[in-house]
Amino acid sequence: MSLYFTKEHEWIRVDGDVATVGISAHAQEQLGDIVFAETPEAGRTVAKGDDAAVVESVKAASDVYAPVSGEVVEGNEKLADDPALVNSDPEGEGWFFKIKLSDPSELEGLMDEAAYKDFVANL
Amino acid sequence: MSGNEPSKLPLDSWHRERGARMVEFAGYEMPIQYEGIIAEHNWTREHAGLFDVSHMGQLSFAGDRVAEALEGLLPGDFKNLKPGKSRYSVLLNDSGGIKDDLIVTNADQHFIAVVNGATKQADYKHFFRKLPSNVGVTMHQDQALLALQGPDAEAVMVECLGIKGAPDMGFMTAGLADWRGNWLWISRSGYTGEDGFEISVHVDKVKELAARLVSDKRVKPVGLGARDSLRLEAGLPLYGHDLDEETTPVMADLGFAISKRRREEGRFPGDERILGELKDGSIVKRVGFTLDGRQPVREGAKLLDGEGNVVGKITSGGFSPSLERPIAMGYLATHLSDEGTVVKAEQRGKLFDVTVAAMPFVPHRYKRQQGKK
Repeated sequence: MSLYFTKEHEWIRVDGDVATVGISAHAQEQLGDIVFAETPEAGRTVAKGDDAAVVESVKAASDVYAPVSGEVVEGNEKLADDPALVNSDPEGEGWFFKIKLSDPSELEGLMDEAAYKDFVANL
Repeated sequence: MSGNEPSKLPLDSWHRERGARMVEFAGYEMPIQYEGIIAEHNWTREHAGLFDVSHMGQLSFAGDRVAEALEGLLPGDFKNLKPGKSRYSVLLNDSGGIKDDLIVTNADQHFIAVVNGATKQADYKHFFRKLPSNVGVTMHQDQALLALQGPDAEAVMVECLGIKGAPDMGFMTAGLADWRGNWLWISRSGYTGEDGFEISVHVDKVKELAARLVSDKRVKPVGLGARDSLRLEAGLPLYGHDLDEETTPVMADLGFAISKRRREEGRFPGDERILGELKDGSIVKRVGFTLDGRQPVREGAKLLDGEGNVVGKITSGGFSPSLERPIAMGYLATHLSDEGTVVKAEQRGKLFDVTVAAMPFVPHRYKRQQGKK
C-alpha cells in the first residue's frame, strides 16, 4: 500500500486500484473540533480536483477535494453519526471515501509522506 | 507601528507557552484556541474561562458636561447614569448606522468606554473630532483587559484574588479594587452570557495576574473561538458581522440601547430615522435561527422565501456546543420574523430549512441585583 498527500491536505492510501481518501492529521488539527462531515455516495464519478465531501468544524467549513479521478465505491457512513472520528483518528477510522482509480498516473504528481511533512513544516 | 504586521498582545508569549494557536484578528495575533473550542466553551459554561481581550480599546472621556457631550454621539441616557454603573450603547454615524457597539461606564470623575479592537482607532478619531473641545478623550494603551467568565468567576475573584467586594457587585457595575498593591478596574460584565468580570490591569502586571488566575483549578485560558460560540449562544451581536454602518439599532433589535428620555428628546445622530423605525418598525430585523441536522449555516448565506426571493442573510452561524446543534443569527424581512417561521438558507448551492427562534439560545446567567443571583 502506498500513501500520498496533496497540497490541500488530503491523504490517499492506494491498495490495488482503490484509493481511500481522508484529511491529514495536520488538516484536522487546523480545523479544530469537527462537528459535521458529508461523504459522497457510492456510484458517483468524480474528477481530480472536484469537491467530493464537506467537513465542518465549530468555526469553519471546508471542502474535501477528490485527489484523483474515478468512481466512488464507498463513503464512510460512520462519519455522519460520529464526525469527531476525523479528529481522533484522521488517517485511520476518520477516512472519508474510497475511489476506484480511473487514471493511476494521476498519483505521480502527489507528495509522499516525507515530502508532505516538509511541505507542512514550511507553511 | 509598521505597515500591516499584526501587533502582539502583552500576553503573547504567555499564550504560546500554554499551547495556544494564534491567528490574526483585529490587527493582533490572538489565541483562537488552546485545547479545543468545544472543551473551552463547556469549561466556561461550567466553571470559569479566562479570556484575553486586551485587543479591545479602553477609552476615557473627561471634561465639563462630559455626559451631555457623549449623548451627542450615542443614544443612551448618560446624564442619569450613576457613578459605578455601566450601560451598553452604540456609536452612531450621521444616518443612524452603527459605527461600533460599546460599554460605557460612569467612573465618577470621568466616563470610560470599552470598544471593539477592530474599530478602536476609528472610534478614537471619531470621538476626537466630534466631541466638543472641553471634553478630552484618551486611549489607554498601557492597560490590558482580561475577562473571567462562568459560574465560578465570583468565587475565584474572592478566593484567588482576594477581591472581597466582588459578590456585592451587580451586573453592569464597576469599580476599583486593590490586588497586591495594584489597582484593578473591575466591571461585572462580559460577552458570553455567563456571570463574570472584566478586569483592566496595567500591561506590566497582566502576566502576573493571568498566572495567578489560572493557578486556580476552576480557571482555564479560553480562546477567541469559544468566545465566539458563547456569544452566539447568548444571542449577542458581534460588530463587523452582525452590526455595521448600514444597520440601525432598531434593525439590530437593540432598541433597549436607546434610553427612554432619549426617545422622547432625540438629538442623537440619525435620530429622525431611528425614532421613525421605533414607531413604525424597520423593514428587516435581527433574529435567531435553529436548524435540524448537524450542518451549520455560516455568515453570508442568503435567506429565501417560498418563491425564491431574497428576504435576508445570515450574519453569524455555527455549531452550538451547549445545545449540540447548529444555530445562527441574521437579518430577515420583519414580516417573516415571527418565531417558528421557516425560511430557506442558501449555502454553496444547497438549501437548508432554518426556523426563526427566540434568543438567547442559552439563557443568560447575569447577576442582576446586588447580593442576589
